[in-house]
Amino acid sequence: MDVIDRNNVTVTGRSDGPTLLLAHGFGCDQNLWRLVLPTLAERFRVVLFDYVGSGRADPAAWDPERYSSLDGYAEDVLEVCAELDLTDAVFVGHSVSAMVGVLAAAREPERFGKLVMLAPSPRYIDDPADGYVGGFTAEDIDELLASLDSNYLGWSAAMAPVIMGNPERPELGQELTNSFCATDPAMAAVFARTTFLSDTRAELASVTVPTLVLDCTTDVIAPPEVGAFVHAAVPGSRLVTLPATGHCPQLSAPEATAEQIVAFAGAPR
Amino acid sequence: MSSTGGKDVDEAESAQFAGLLEDSLEDLYDNAPCGYLSTLMDGRIAKVNATLLEWLGYSAEQLVGRRRFADLLTVGGKLYHETHFAPLLSMQHHVSGIALELKGADGRRLPVLVTSTVKTGTQGQPVLIRTTLFDARDRRTYENELLRARQEAEAAGIEAEQARRTAEAERARLQQVVSILRTSLLPPDLPRVPGLQAAAYYHPASVDEIGGDFYDLFPLGGGRWGFFLGDVCGKGPKAAAVTSLVRYTLRAAFLVDPDPERALATLDAAVRERYTGPDATYCTAIAGTVTRDGEAHTVTLASGGHPPALLLRADRTAHFLTTSGGQLVGALADPRFVRATTVLGPGETLLLYTDGLTEARTKAGPRYSEENLRTFAASLAPVGAHALIDALTDLLERFGDGLEDDTALLALGMSSHPDMG
Repeated sequence: MDVIDRNNVTVTGRSDGPTLLLAHGFGCDQNLWRLVLPTLAERFRVVLFDYVGSGRADPAAWDPERYSSLDGYAEDVLEVCAELDLTDAVFVGHSVSAMVGVLAAAREPERFGKLVMLAPSPRYIDDPADGYVGGFTAEDIDELLASLDSNYLGWSAAMAPVIMGNPERPELGQELTNSFCATDPAMAAVFARTTFLSDTRAELASVTVPTLVLDCTTDVIAPPEVGAFVHAAVPGSRLVTLPATGHCPQLSAPEATAEQIVAFAGAPR
Repeated sequence: MSSTGGKDVDEAESAQFAGLLEDSLEDLYDNAPCGYLSTLMDGRIAKVNATLLEWLGYSAEQLVGRRRFADLLTVGGKLYHETHFAPLLSMQHHVSGIALELKGADGRRLPVLVTSTVKTGTQGQPVLIRTTLFDARDRRTYENELLRARQEAEAAGIEAEQARRTAEAERARLQQVVSILRTSLLPPDLPRVPGLQAAAYYHPASVDEIGGDFYDLFPLGGGRWGFFLGDVCGKGPKAAAVTSLVRYTLRAAFLVDPDPERALATLDAAVRERYTGPDATYCTAIAGTVTRDGEAHTVTLASGGHPPALLLRADRTAHFLTTSGGQLVGALADPRFVRATTVLGPGETLLLYTDGLTEARTKAGPRYSEENLRTFAASLAPVGAHALIDALTDLLERFGDGLEDDTALLALGMSSHPDMG
C-alpha cells in the first residue's frame, strides 16, 4: 500500500524551506491546520497527513490491533517520514499527537530536528498514586465513548467511497454537512480509547531535541497543570501559554499559534 | 351595503387578531419551545433564554459572563465538544443536530440536540455563536433502544456463527467416523484370484450416513473362492452393525460348508437369533463360490431376495442369471433360497450389484431399471471385470443426485487369455 495514499499525505509550502510535519490529534484530521497553514507555508515546506482511521486515510488500511496502541500511530508517522525521506524535520503534534511524536522520535531520532507539542497530554486520567492531575476519571472516558456512539458526524455508508477517493461520485462529499472530520464511529472509538487511556509520562524524559510546549489559558482537555508537567519533564523545553481558549488553539487563536511555531521552528538550533 | 359590511368584518377581525399577534420578540425568545444560547467566541455565555434556564435550574446571573457553554455539559460531552464540535464549528461556521447531555444545577442530565451557527461581523470576522437546544429525552430513549437492538443483533450474529462452526466441526467429525466405519466393513483390497479378474466399487449416497451395502471375495482353499454381495435393510449405525454380522457370518459359514444355499440359511438363523421382536431386520444377498475348471470357471450361487446377477457373454450378449423366488434373509420363519450355476468362459464376466444402481433416478425421470442395465452391459460385452466396473462407475457419476441409495458392485471375469488373469 502506498503510504502517500494510505495516509492522505499532502505536501505544500516552500519546497526549499525547512520541513514541518503537522500531525492532528483525536477528533478530526489535517483540516484542523487550515487556519495556520497559509502563514506556515510562506516559510516552510509543510507535510500534512491523516492517521489511518481518521479523515480521508484509506479505511482499508485499518487494523484495530495496530491502532489500539499509540505505537501504531507512531508507525504511521515514521512510515510517512520514510516515504518522503525526511530528516531533521520539525514535528508539530496536537494533543495526543504530541506524544505520538515523542514515541516516533525515540525510535528514529535522525528524522526529527525539533518538537512542537501543542496542547499535549501524556495522561488524561488523574493518577491518585502520585497526585498527577490529568483532568479526567476513567468513567469520564466511558461517557465520551457513549457520546461517540450517539454522534455520527457526517459518517454514513455513502461517505465511505468519498473517503476512499472515489472520483466518479464527487457529489457524495457535497451532500453531507459536518463532512470535515468524517470518521467511521468504530475506528473513532478505538482511537478515543487508545488516546484517553494512554499513559506516556515516562517517555517524556527521552526527548533529546529542542522542544516547545504550547498550552492554552483555558483548556478542559489539557488543563494548565498538564502543560506544566510536560514542560518540567522534557529536558530543556520551553513553555509558552497561548492567549487561547479551548483545546484547539490552531483554530481559536491561529495567528498567535502560527507565530510561535514560526519563531521556534525557524530559529537556528 | 355588502362592501360596508365586509369592511366592518375586516376591522373586527383585525382587532381580534391584534390581541393574538406574536409581536413580542422578547416573549418569542424567552418562551420558545427550545433553549436559546448566545456565546462569545471564547465560549463565555452572553445571553440565554428562560426556557433553557428553567431546564437547567440556573438564573441568568449565574451563567451570563461567568460560565462557558462547555461548562454546562457532562464530562464526556465536554470532551466531545472540544474534539469534534468546536473544531467543526470553527471550520464550517455551522454544526447541526449533535447529541449532547446538559448537566443541570441539581446534577440532573438532560439529553439535547444542539445546533450552532457563527454570526459574523461586517468584515466577515466571527463575532458570536448562536445555539439552539432541543429536548431530546424521548429521542434518546428511542435511540438507546435502537442501539440496544443492534448490539443484541450483533451478539446473536456472533452466537449463530459460533453455533454454525461447532456444527460444521461436528459434521466433519461424523463424516470421518462414517468414512472409517464404511472402510472397515468392506475388504480393503480384493484378493488376487489366479485366472480371474475381480473388481469392485462402492458408491456412498451420503457422506453423513453409512448405508448397508456389502460385498466380499475370499479364498476357501483347494482353488475355490467364496464371494457375496448384498444389501441390509435401512441405513445408519444399526445397518452398519448388521452388515458386520452378515460379513463375518457368511465368511465363517463358507469355511465350514461351501454350499451357498446353506451359507444363506446359516446367515438367516444368525440374523433372526440376534435381531428379534421390534429389533428385527433383514437383508438381501447373493452368495456363491467360483472354482477353476480347466479353461473355465464354474460359478455356483444362491440368492435371498436379491436382484439377479448379470452375465456378460463372449458373444456380445448379456442376460440375467435367474434366481427369482429367493426370499429375504432374516425376515421369515423358513425362507427359501434359489440356487443357480453357470460357467464363465474366456472373455466372460459375472456382475453382482445392489438396487441403488437399478433404482437410480435418471435425468429423464424414470428409474434406471434392470433392463437398461442389461442393454448397457450388452453394449460393452465382451468386457473384463475392471473395464466393466470403470464403465459403471462413470454411469453412477452421471446419475448425480439421482443416485438415492448406496450402491455396491462386484465383477468376476475370465480374461480372453486365461493365463493373463
